[in-house]
Amino acid sequence: MAFDSISQFLAMGGHAPYVWSAWGITALLLVTIVWHARAEHRQLLNGVKRRVRRERARSAGASQVPPNAARFNSVKGGMRDDA
Amino acid sequence: MPMIEHQGGMMIAVKATLMRDLTLLLRHRGEVLNPLVFFALVITLFPIAISPDPQLLAIIAPGLLWVAALLAALLSLDSLFRSDYDDGSLEQLLLAPQPLAALGLAKVAVHWLLTGLPLALMAPLLGIMLALPAGSYAVLALSLALGTASLSLIGAIGAALTVGLARGGVLLSLLVLPLYIPVLIFGAGAVQAAILGDGVSAHLAILGALLAIALVLAPWAIAASLRISING
Amino acid sequence: MWAFIHKLGSPKWFYGISAKLQPWFWAAAALLLVTGSLWGLAFAPADYQQGNSFRIIYVHVPAAFLAQSIFISMAVSGLVFMVWKIKVADMAAAVMAPLGAAMTFVALFSGAVWGVPTWGTWWMWDARLTSMLILLFLYLGVIALRGAFTSRDSASRAASVLAMVGVINIPIIKYSVDWWYTLHQPATFTLTSRPTMPIEMWLPLAIMVLGFYSFFIALTLMRTRSEILRREANKRWVHDLVKGRVEETR
Repeated sequence: MAFDSISQFLAMGGHAPYVWSAWGITALLLVTIVWHARAEHRQLLNGVKRRVRRERARSAGASQVPPNAARFNSVKGGMRDDA
Repeated sequence: MPMIEHQGGMMIAVKATLMRDLTLLLRHRGEVLNPLVFFALVITLFPIAISPDPQLLAIIAPGLLWVAALLAALLSLDSLFRSDYDDGSLEQLLLAPQPLAALGLAKVAVHWLLTGLPLALMAPLLGIMLALPAGSYAVLALSLALGTASLSLIGAIGAALTVGLARGGVLLSLLVLPLYIPVLIFGAGAVQAAILGDGVSAHLAILGALLAIALVLAPWAIAASLRISING
Repeated sequence: MWAFIHKLGSPKWFYGISAKLQPWFWAAAALLLVTGSLWGLAFAPADYQQGNSFRIIYVHVPAAFLAQSIFISMAVSGLVFMVWKIKVADMAAAVMAPLGAAMTFVALFSGAVWGVPTWGTWWMWDARLTSMLILLFLYLGVIALRGAFTSRDSASRAASVLAMVGVINIPIIKYSVDWWYTLHQPATFTLTSRPTMPIEMWLPLAIMVLGFYSFFIALTLMRTRSEILRREANKRWVHDLVKGRVEETR
């Protein structure tokens, strides 16, 4: 242990503003990056889920349509969403 | 002898590209003169903004001349492939059986001949106006002639990457300027070394080495970039 | 070999394998970063010359290492994409660029803050800081170029070419900036060049560097998975993948 007490540790021998701001910004940035990556992944998964559900509802509504046509619908939907 | 025929074909194609670009650019004299006028104008701005004091100017002159020349060369880059892209002759270049890298190199050579070389020849004149110490004029012109060749080659990669974009001008400088820094360091360093009376051969040798690397690698990057811009 | 490369290139396969690998890298990153931080902040001895401001080294140096390594990995991914047309490589390159820029920013910021107690100024044209600044511009160029194209394929290929051009230039820029710096400021104190660093000081530094690398790998795996979902949102295997969960939420 390089410090005798917590207050000494926080003071960093008079260099507190520099040490803690450099470490703080780094920690904040890393945490934000992870949070953003998690939110992004969840959002994309939800998007795919919504699309699957929509397609299922559509194919259930038109059950007499042959399966080939249903697949064609899904491709069309995909292209429109991409644009 | 199909091999020889092919090589002859390449030399003919390169020569034809050289002649065509030279003729086209010389017909539009404005495009050749504009970077030179820009160079002179930027150099005029500095004494006005900083100080007309010759002693101060003499200290900063090598850096100013090099930065202004670099910006002038950068300014002219956007037009390197632009008109050929607009009228479709760049596509012809891509379809030609000769390697695109060689044809691109021919275009870059013309660009240097009509931008870099005139800038290098004009720089001593502006050096006089900035009270550049005697004995460094030849080094200034030589370092600029060597350096702008590298600048044209590196810049052509950026120009080829952005030629298909509607507003590629600012993006082009963002891409190219960081890559210019080594050339700037050794170019301006050569002039400074000449002023201080140090040997300049090391600087010029490194500038030459940078040019050699650029000559070997840049044509391939230019060719790949042109393919992306046209086919993509 | 070829079969392996093509298997690696399949987004579906990558999505599955990265799901298995990812937790290990996150755990390693968390463990190493917490250990390294505690050790570096509280247990490593203060520097005899710089005192406790020296502890900034434990974020500055790993960030600077990572900033350079990410650019190299980005260029390698670009090369793999251009040569073998492996789309996953380009997706990885696309998600690496912002992280690389962020790490470059961390290195610049911590270096500037460190400059205040060391040099008495926020900014010095120190060799390391200057090359970091140029690296930041290179990252911004790659990100801007990728964003400028409307066609995704052109954007990928253009960004790959630029990353490769950049990576050839990075050592040249680094050496010329070092050379320029020694010429102009011969007698200045450099931040991190010290010949004898005791083991209690560099061991936590090594741990932090490893932690930053694990973080980079974990994050790249995660964001590449997101990128796969984004680009393959209309593929059948993606739909099959989420179908189980759709049933649950109904």
